Amino acid sequence: MYFDWYYIEGILILVGVNLMVVLGLSLLTGFTGLFSFGHAGFMLIGAYVSAICSMNFNMPFVLAMIMGAVAAMAVAAFIGTFTLNLKGDYFCIATLGFGESMRLIFDNLDYFGGSRGLPGIPMKTTFPVVIIVCVIAIVLMTCLIKSRHGRNMIAIREEELASQAIGINVFKYKMISFVISAAFAAIGGVLYAHYLGYLQPLMFQLTKSTELTIMVIFGGLGSIGGSVVGAFVLTFIPELFRAFSTWRLVIYGAVVVLIMATRPQGLMGGYEFTDFFRWIKRKITGKKYETPALLKEEGEQS
Amino acid sequence: MNVFLQQLINGLSIGSIYALMAVGYSLVYSILNFSNFAHGGVIMLGAYFGLYAVNLIGAPFLGAIIIAALCAGLVAVTLEKVAYTPLRKRNAPSLYFIISAMGASIFLENIVIVTIGPTFKTYPELIDKTPISIGSLHVSRLDLLMFAVAAVSLILLVLIIEKTKVGLAIKACSYSSRGSSLMGVNVNRIIFVIFLLGGLLAGVAGMMFGMRYTVYPQIGVITNKSFIAAVFGGLGSLPGAVVGSLLLGVIETFAVAYGESSYRDLVAFVLLILVLVIKPSGLMGKVTEDKA
Repeated sequence: MYFDWYYIEGILILVGVNLMVVLGLSLLTGFTGLFSFGHAGFMLIGAYVSAICSMNFNMPFVLAMIMGAVAAMAVAAFIGTFTLNLKGDYFCIATLGFGESMRLIFDNLDYFGGSRGLPGIPMKTTFPVVIIVCVIAIVLMTCLIKSRHGRNMIAIREEELASQAIGINVFKYKMISFVISAAFAAIGGVLYAHYLGYLQPLMFQLTKSTELTIMVIFGGLGSIGGSVVGAFVLTFIPELFRAFSTWRLVIYGAVVVLIMATRPQGLMGGYEFTDFFRWIKRKITGKKYETPALLKEEGEQS
Repeated sequence: MNVFLQQLINGLSIGSIYALMAVGYSLVYSILNFSNFAHGGVIMLGAYFGLYAVNLIGAPFLGAIIIAALCAGLVAVTLEKVAYTPLRKRNAPSLYFIISAMGASIFLENIVIVTIGPTFKTYPELIDKTPISIGSLHVSRLDLLMFAVAAVSLILLVLIIEKTKVGLAIKACSYSSRGSSLMGVNVNRIIFVIFLLGGLLAGVAGMMFGMRYTVYPQIGVITNKSFIAAVFGGLGSLPGAVVGSLLLGVIETFAVAYGESSYRDLVAFVLLILVLVIKPSGLMGKVTEDKA
């Protein structure tokens, strides 16, 4: 088989792009228990805003990235204000509507190229840049999850009413989680825009959002390591089987139903890589192993 | 004034198709408390079943619609067995149901793309295309038919829910499925029935939608609007779903008639945000509070 480093590098950059969004979604879905169908919309905002920043205003890449993230965070805060304190599936449907309408708005804005697309974005996303951004993102996300704030989010996922009762500001933490995850998605979009050099609203359809959510679920809810694995495997494998690309989404769908029916925690739900290292260490030294807190499965369904 | 009435009729007819979709979705939501995102896939398959019934068997309009409804009902029931029953047995949280529904919807859409192909297909002319003139108004026969079919289907549904024992059990389950199972209601059978009913309506809606526009694998995306209509009317409420859908259809049509047509789909979302701000439980939704 013919392997070209340039080709592999391209796929790895795409892995990095997806990984950024998946990390954000992992915080929202895996750790806070909220479900978003609109993260392609945040990607789109990040991508377009940063592209305009670096094309029309000649901003340096880092500044353009920050601008994209800030724009997405502002929009997330706006949407979240109205939808985050609602019960039931309202939030989920609102994000679905948000993602689709973002695409429609940008389809009609001539300043951003409309549906013809936006060409000529400087290609500033290189392999080292992606690696640096992703490593920083993973470290930041791990710190957040391990902090008091991260634990509060996990408490909300496990039992919203109880966490409210012990004094956690549920709305505030949902909002923090939503805004941060939007920023991550936007940075993914920034990297994407500056890698392809061309943007079109059609790239950010509903399917994109669901694909990203599937990566989170495949890797395992409530696990950062799982998200990394999910983004890596589900971006790489379809590239290797280009010939079967039409069957890719069929298999995705079937796999998701299968995972939910048999192993809903995903590949490594609730576990991190460090847990495995600890497990191996305990095996060697022969000490008794304590199971880490698994994602609780039995829920109240009244 | 004429334009106004004309647009009102157009809006009501498209709204009535949204209503067929939204009711099936609301039925499931009212008992299982999760958004059945696979509903769009069932609607899409309904459109294809109707198309093949016409093209292969040469079924007349009524026959095709019955075939489409029955096949879609079968798909919905199978879906419930494959995707949701394992989750219900484990008492899984509703997040997992949504994920499973999403997977099923991706599966259905793409299996059609792979096997039948992504091309647009159109129904042959089943009914007379010449419009009926009432005064200076011209109403297309298809629009009237859509409205009539939707009305008949919804009336049948209301009769089933209000007049039969199964309907009583459905209503009981929507208050509390655990409570009604203690009273001797077979909840599994009720869930089977609601998926069947939802599927039948989805088949009818899919075929009508396919006749009005075209048939293509992404037709299920149109259900997003019926989700929004259901939220608009209040999640889990059947009259709410119908009223919300009709209103959405009318508002959308007017937005296109008097505004920018490319923003048609945006109207639905702006409406959604407005409703969530002003009256979060929707027009007729029950207020859901967590019980400790």
